[in-house]
Amino acid sequence: MGFFLETLIGGLMAGMLYSLVALGFVLIFKASGVFNFAQGAMVLFAALAMARFAVWIPDWLGIGNPALANTLAFLAAGALMFVVAWLIERLVLRHLVNQEGATLLMATLGIAYVLEGVGTSLFGSDIYKIDVGMPKEPVMILEGSFEGGLLINKEDFVAALIAAVLVGLLALFFQKTATGRALRAVADDHQAAQSIGIPLNRIWVIVWCVAGVVALVAGVIWGSKLGVQFSLATVALRGLPVVILGGLTSIPGAIIGGLIIGVGEKLSEVYLGPMIGGGIEIWFAYQLALVFLLFRPQGLFGEKIIDRV
Amino acid sequence: MKLRKFALTASATAVVLSSLVAAPTVLAQAKEQFFPVLVYRTGAYAPNGTQWANGYVDYLKLVNAKGGINGVKISFEECETAYATDRGVECYERLKGKNGGATVFQPLSTGVTFALTEKAPVDKIPLITAGYGRSESQNGAVFTWNFPLLGTYWVGAEVAIQHIGKKEGGVAKLKGKKIALVYHDSPYGKEPIPVLQELGKTYGFEVQLLPVAHPGVEQKATWLQIRQQKPDYVLLWGWGVMNSTALREAQSTGYPRDKMLGIWWAGAEPDVKDVAEGAKGYSALTLQHGAEPNSKVVKEVLEQVYAKGQGTGPKDEVGQVLYMRGLLSAMLGVEGVRKAQERYGKGKVMTGEQVRWGLENLNLDQKTLDSMGFAGVMRPVQTSCLDHMGSSWVRVHTWNGSKWEFSSDWYQADDKVLRPMVMLASSKYADEKKLKPRTPEECKK
Repeated sequence: MGFFLETLIGGLMAGMLYSLVALGFVLIFKASGVFNFAQGAMVLFAALAMARFAVWIPDWLGIGNPALANTLAFLAAGALMFVVAWLIERLVLRHLVNQEGATLLMATLGIAYVLEGVGTSLFGSDIYKIDVGMPKEPVMILEGSFEGGLLINKEDFVAALIAAVLVGLLALFFQKTATGRALRAVADDHQAAQSIGIPLNRIWVIVWCVAGVVALVAGVIWGSKLGVQFSLATVALRGLPVVILGGLTSIPGAIIGGLIIGVGEKLSEVYLGPMIGGGIEIWFAYQLALVFLLFRPQGLFGEKIIDRV
Repeated sequence: MKLRKFALTASATAVVLSSLVAAPTVLAQAKEQFFPVLVYRTGAYAPNGTQWANGYVDYLKLVNAKGGINGVKISFEECETAYATDRGVECYERLKGKNGGATVFQPLSTGVTFALTEKAPVDKIPLITAGYGRSESQNGAVFTWNFPLLGTYWVGAEVAIQHIGKKEGGVAKLKGKKIALVYHDSPYGKEPIPVLQELGKTYGFEVQLLPVAHPGVEQKATWLQIRQQKPDYVLLWGWGVMNSTALREAQSTGYPRDKMLGIWWAGAEPDVKDVAEGAKGYSALTLQHGAEPNSKVVKEVLEQVYAKGQGTGPKDEVGQVLYMRGLLSAMLGVEGVRKAQERYGKGKVMTGEQVRWGLENLNLDQKTLDSMGFAGVMRPVQTSCLDHMGSSWVRVHTWNGSKWEFSSDWYQADDKVLRPMVMLASSKYADEKKLKPRTPEECKK
């Protein structure tokens, strides 16, 4: 029972991080109807910027305090993500208003390649460290209740907590602010939103900026766990089954979907894996999402699309 | 119409001029020994692939700086594979006939090696796979163009068990122990399994297999299983980000790092430097060499290549583990050409077929290696037509929190264990492909 709980908790914490990555997809889809394939590349780009600025800024300014250096690096990386968002709107999206969804999707694929290439050219392709003081050693709890206790990874716990706070803030932003409502209006219908005076271009810049900040937070968390390197771009793939399952338009869907996928893949690897050769958690997540799709094609919380004939 | 005619004339003139300009280049290149360089400086495995590539290219530059191979200068061209088999094959096809023909290919990927093993005999170009590739390709009677020089994964697996046995006070004490293999779920990661299972039966230990999907960034479930099953040792057969992730997960699940032993592809600076103190005590096998910043050959590279501003990568990485692996790999290819020249003419450009003869008759004794600057870096290598590996010496090094240090004496793989397995697997391959193995008499030709 103790081992099952450990796996379950591990899955929930991993799931929270998947939710954070999935949120990047959901935000942009909600606001622009674009499935943003560049989300993984944005995570990599943001993490590379953070890691390099954390080294360069202390050199430039002669700062010795690591906390201050990390704060400045985070702000600089955030500013860079805003510039990236502005450039994406100015150079790509502005020219594709009212184009087919597939065109926009392909455009984001192009953005992904550009960000990966430019990111590694600017910042290098080595492994870089992000040290924001995340605890690395495990902690044991409930040692009296379970033999050997329950092992909790403190780093995962803190990361899940940060992800949960950010997800909560973003949910509030979308539901309670005028900008959030404007973003949702744009997502529903570009032309209708424009006709009532919502500035489409500005809204797109805002949503890509928000997605950039989400990518930066995800990049810092994953970069701190894994080191900053090209593989971070693939971490976004972990968010795909989450949005399939949770629905592309729902923030709660991204959260619940992330938790289900996190728990599902860990339990499947541990209990099902040994029976069928192991190494199954990645494809099992997609399998789980596809099974959900059989019953709810729009995902758990996605909007049901009804077309009149 | 006039415009069209002008455009056509201009194009034709350009083609003629460019061919005239290119002609001397081609003639010049015919005097050069062409080394295609398959690299991965991009993608998930770039941090590891880049260091290997830098060492490889720097050695070729060093040979040129010293006058070439008996006067024959080396030309080379990189092709980016991103560690993808399809791109590796594409690079092979693009470069195999370039600049008078490729001397040798070194794909640095077991997947690409599997794909090229059937192409190399057709194109008559040797494949050097130092420390990777198909383990049974040691048998030169069947794998006539493959050269897994210095060691195979089966060598690694056998030596790993020798080392663990020694730590336990003798292989007899392995009875009842549990050894987990955490491996990259790919042809590379699966290579050691037959040897471990065979040795498990012999010595009575249990082998637990734990595959990790590419690229290996998600291993939580794997390490929870390790925590539950409590293996006595963990063998790590990873590459790239999988290695550092495994060490981080070991740290966060409390598995002792001094009970972990990696293959030589899981024992370099990129695998541990960011984990730093968290990886302290972790050991890995070496393909003879470790980090060798003080070796004579590295000093030569710094003096004759970097001092002239011609270094390929960062100066502070020269001499690191994977840099040395690339450098040694290039050296083996160059020495194959040098040996071939002894038979087919010094100062001449060698064909792939001639280089194969050179690689089959390689005899780098300690005196030669020392004179080349490899004293303390590696032990002698002697190949034959039937033995394409030439050496199976391995040491173990341990990460002390800031650098790798050798922590064992030399081991040599037990041929009594491995030879029958190599013969069985290679004859199975020969049957499948309907190949007639070479006889010792054919080798003399």
